[in-house]
Amino acid sequence: MVLLGPSGCGKTTLLRLINRLEELNSGTISIDGEDINQQPKEQLRRSIGYVIQDTGLLPHLNIKQNIELVGKISEREISREKVNELLELIGLPNDILSKRVSQLSGGQQQRIGLARALATDPEIILMDEPFSALDNITRSQLQDDFLNLKHLDNKTILLVTHDVQEAFKLGDKIVLLEAGQIQQYGTPLELLNKPQNEQVELFLKNDKFILGLQTSSHNGASLFDYLNNGEVSTKDKQAAMDNFFKELG
Amino acid sequence: MEFWSFIISHLDEIRDQTIEHLILTIASMVLATTIGITIGILLTRFEKLSNPVLGIVGVIQTIPSLALLGFLLPVFGIGVTPAIIALFLYGLLPIVRNTYTGITEVDPSVKDASIGMGMTNAQLLRYVELPLAFPVILAGIRTATVINVGIATLCALIAAGGLGEFIFRGISLNNQHMILAGAIPASILAVLLDATIGFIQKKPASKRTWLTIGVTMILILIGFFATGSSSESSKLVAGFNSEFIEREDGFIGLNDRYNLPMEIKEMEISLMYRALYNGDVDVIDGFSTDGRIKEFNLKSLIDDKNYFPPYYAAPVVNGETLEKYPEIETALNLISNQLNDEKMAELNYLVDGKKQELSEVANAFLKELNIYASIDAGKSDKPDIIIGSKAFTENFLLAHIFAQVIENKTSLKTKLQLGFGGTKLIFDAIRFGEIDIYPEYTGTGYLVLLQKSSSDVTDFTNPDVIYKDVKFEFIEQHNLHWLEPLGFNNTFALMMRTEHADSLKITTVSGLSEYLNGK
Repeated sequence: MVLLGPSGCGKTTLLRLINRLEELNSGTISIDGEDINQQPKEQLRRSIGYVIQDTGLLPHLNIKQNIELVGKISEREISREKVNELLELIGLPNDILSKRVSQLSGGQQQRIGLARALATDPEIILMDEPFSALDNITRSQLQDDFLNLKHLDNKTILLVTHDVQEAFKLGDKIVLLEAGQIQQYGTPLELLNKPQNEQVELFLKNDKFILGLQTSSHNGASLFDYLNNGEVSTKDKQAAMDNFFKELG
Repeated sequence: MEFWSFIISHLDEIRDQTIEHLILTIASMVLATTIGITIGILLTRFEKLSNPVLGIVGVIQTIPSLALLGFLLPVFGIGVTPAIIALFLYGLLPIVRNTYTGITEVDPSVKDASIGMGMTNAQLLRYVELPLAFPVILAGIRTATVINVGIATLCALIAAGGLGEFIFRGISLNNQHMILAGAIPASILAVLLDATIGFIQKKPASKRTWLTIGVTMILILIGFFATGSSSESSKLVAGFNSEFIEREDGFIGLNDRYNLPMEIKEMEISLMYRALYNGDVDVIDGFSTDGRIKEFNLKSLIDDKNYFPPYYAAPVVNGETLEKYPEIETALNLISNQLNDEKMAELNYLVDGKKQELSEVANAFLKELNIYASIDAGKSDKPDIIIGSKAFTENFLLAHIFAQVIENKTSLKTKLQLGFGGTKLIFDAIRFGEIDIYPEYTGTGYLVLLQKSSSDVTDFTNPDVIYKDVKFEFIEQHNLHWLEPLGFNNTFALMMRTEHADSLKITTVSGLSEYLNGK
């Protein structure tokens, strides 16, 4: 699920309420029917993965120590095998373990940040603009890899972003927030095709074309991929585009 | 070469003082580091307190070292304890501030991620904040250590020992070798400690903690064994100032004459009387006209073997100044022989005991002589004459009296420059024309400045003989003129608390010697 909205709309605050980095003034948040205020903060946080834009890796430790620290604080050993498994998962070589954080590229650091969050196998992972600080190419590469991580398929992931394209690319469901209010909650297609109010329509307006290409499916693939497929004839592509524009109105 | 032979002949003392110095520094730094880091951490947890606390710690830092030692004296007495407390207070600021700054400046995103992964407050401190703030904290400890090695030299003034003993004795005797014998080891100590901490800093985090503990333990052990062996017991403890300990006419000669086996603590002149009053020491070398004899109810022991030479006070004037302004002599002769021992002690008491202003006491005294001088004398911005004095009450008073008489009886403008730290310092100042006049004592001139000994004249205890001799030699050797003596004889005297002396039935120095030697 993606929390989407302009800056200052409250999406990060909402995320931080879940692992109690911010405290609720009113209302309750429950996980699996249990109020999160019922257990100690630290215990709650240890059961939730947390990934942030600046990675927050500890610069005085090497990568291995950084990953192991998550286990250390809750007196759970993170085995050598587990670390290797995580590295394989995020696609980084083994020799990176002895390196310092500052020796890694931004993209690599972000991958390690994800690995750290996964190290204790949490059911829930909170991600606060994890890809925002990266350059375009690295970002889309990381997004693709992230989408293809089978490991994440049966986890609940809450991702905060202000980037509409990212939200539509990664989200199964999108919560569109503006001015502290939920404007719409639904699948990317629902948001695009059935905006619930003017704000939603306005917010998506500029990106509508490219989002349409991404989200519209055509013969089981996204239209975007379909158009990029060299085996498809120009004539078929033209037909698909005509159909797309008709749908778009 | 002379320096090396001095070093070699004093090697034992240098070693002892270096170790004392090291102990003072290390002990205070261990305290300051533990408490300073704790306070620093607490401040990051109670942000509201950070400004007031850092303010207070900063203010402590600005108190002049000697003043701080003075404040601690009534509560903690003299010796190692107040010295370590003072050094500890001085070491606090850099450590508290650097701990606080180091922790608050840890990258917020790192903190956020760490809290987010479920660290408790203590874990955050241990795994994140302290390791990341470590270089900054260590820089604070380094600063504090180097500062404290320097300040620890002052602790010699309150009988805490250390390399300051050589430095202060050297200054008061103008013995360059002795000053260097204290200053050089102190500098080396500072550099070595700094380098040691720097060495620890460069080691990987895992080894640092143990290395720090190890080095500290080794240093403490060295100190422990070195001092453990050297404590002798004696019946009475003496507090002498550094000049008296080292001077030929001070304790060295006195001990030869009377045989006085006592444990000696070195301390500053101005702190001595209170230390005796407080019972920190039992015997001091006071001056027979000091006002605090009356204030603290002290007893001067009679010098029954006529050991102490006469110390008649007189103005000493630079020859060039006297040639230029001969009227100075006429003016100052108005007060010659007008002060006897009792009168001088009374004036001193008015200042020390009754806390009256120096200029007012001087002014009132001159009124008795029908000299109606201005109380504001000695404050000229463009002075014709600069009047100096050593750093104790009687000299301050005499300097004020000189200034008031001169400004009243001549048209000359004067300026006071008070508080020279030792006989040789002020002597050099007048020789090089930095000051024009200062009050000096015949005995000091004879023994310290002319470096003569009691056997150089036929009648050493005769005041006139000594006066004539110094008057002649000073003109010959230094073009400095002794004017007429003021009348009183401020000689050294051993002093005890009156009730203590009475209970031991000691009235003379011979009596003290008999008591000490158990006869």
